[in-house]
Amino acid sequence: MLTEFGKIFVFILVAIFFVTVSVFVAKLLRPSRPTYEKQLTYECGEDTIGSPWVQFNIRFYVVALIFLIFDVEIVLLIPWAYVYKTFGIGGYLVGAIFLILLGLGMAYEWRKGDLEWSRPPLPKLKVNKKKLFQIEKSE
Amino acid sequence: MIFDFFTKLTGSEISASIISALLPLFLFVLPFALIAVLLERKVSAHIQDRLGPMRVGYHGILQTLADILKLIQKEDIIADSNDKPLFNIAPVLVFAGSYAVFAAIPFTSSYIGSNINLGLFYIIGISGIVVIGILMAGWASNNKYTLLGAMRSAAQLISYEIPTLMIVVTILMITGTLNLNELTEMQSGFFWNWMIFGGQATGIAKILLIPFMIVGFVVIYISTLAEVNRTPFDISEAESELVSGYHTEYSGMKFAIFFLAEYANMFAVSAIVVVLFFGGYLSPIGYLGNTLGLPWLIPVEQLLWFTFKGVAFVLVQMWLRWTLPRLRVDQLMAICWKYLIPIAFVNLLIVGLITLI
Repeated sequence: MLTEFGKIFVFILVAIFFVTVSVFVAKLLRPSRPTYEKQLTYECGEDTIGSPWVQFNIRFYVVALIFLIFDVEIVLLIPWAYVYKTFGIGGYLVGAIFLILLGLGMAYEWRKGDLEWSRPPLPKLKVNKKKLFQIEKSE
Repeated sequence: MIFDFFTKLTGSEISASIISALLPLFLFVLPFALIAVLLERKVSAHIQDRLGPMRVGYHGILQTLADILKLIQKEDIIADSNDKPLFNIAPVLVFAGSYAVFAAIPFTSSYIGSNINLGLFYIIGISGIVVIGILMAGWASNNKYTLLGAMRSAAQLISYEIPTLMIVVTILMITGTLNLNELTEMQSGFFWNWMIFGGQATGIAKILLIPFMIVGFVVIYISTLAEVNRTPFDISEAESELVSGYHTEYSGMKFAIFFLAEYANMFAVSAIVVVLFFGGYLSPIGYLGNTLGLPWLIPVEQLLWFTFKGVAFVLVQMWLRWTLPRLRVDQLMAICWKYLIPIAFVNLLIVGLITLI
């Protein structure tokens, strides 16, 4: 007895098999004459300088983090969306409060500038210099 | 059901499932890619007042076959600095991820690869494999263009998954099912029963739903456009700056696999939009098979309708490609996080209220 997920597994196996076979058939037909120039990294004819495996822009990491939060919360919403109608307005409110909390979090990120691609500089702290001076003096 | 037919024919479920998994590949994805590649070149040519391919066959109709013959014979160049195991696995992952989506798409009422009751959820989950494949391809190529392209592509794919998911949850709130087959059957009847016209809701709720469904459709269409890396969201393979993005280093058959996966994905996202909002395989005006009393004609008609609706959306994708300029990366992120997600968010809350009426 094959379950529905078993059929999906067969689909994935078929896809893997198709790619392997077509690459293998092409391998039998194609020429293979590697030369030094062919095996260089392709960068529009320029000589490669350094490795690309270096530190990358931190923005991508922040996007991934925000995505993770949203994704988890939406996955939590799916069971709620299945059943909320049986609880009437109360069931709706539970989900709505959850969503509004999520929205507030998003508004906070927006305000902090985490949704901008080039993040604006942090606002300067308003320090009362006179007061600071007095505190230092009294110590 | 075609699956039962094959089970009787071959006598075992395993072989029946293998045949039913091969069907969409050979009867749908490959012919579709063949035609769509040519169509894309012809459409783009005529939009720009050119002729496009004209040499191979009548008006170039055999051009794609010639391209495939060429790609099979091309040498497979693997640069010395590549990470070879990852470089070879990446096309497999990308294609497996895009083809697995077809398992849950109902092509007609008598064919669906796997009738799981979490269909939509599964589709969104499995298409995450494509992101891994793309990142793997970009990283293993050991090339600055590919890595930049892969990073941008991954950031874009995961960002635009959120508006898509939100609209999916909205649909789930109205229909109460994630099974694509049931979702389609819920929209049966004439075209005013499609989700874009409020589905099976009655009275005032149906009228109230229509504007929010149209907003939902626009949001999900824009975000699926971004998920397949099509223009105006093609910064990941921007030809003028990144050569061709994450598959710059690939040649020969492996490049062809990436290309095939891209076209398979184009149809898959259009199919999802069609199933969610435009009644899937259902005919808007009734069936010829019913009138003539030929029950076997109905699935064939349904397949034709499904293909027609899906290809119509693919054509809109091509049209947009030659109409809109490419977006900058910050504009891309701004559209997703500052416009689509808040709109989808408010849409979800209001639709939730309407369904309680």
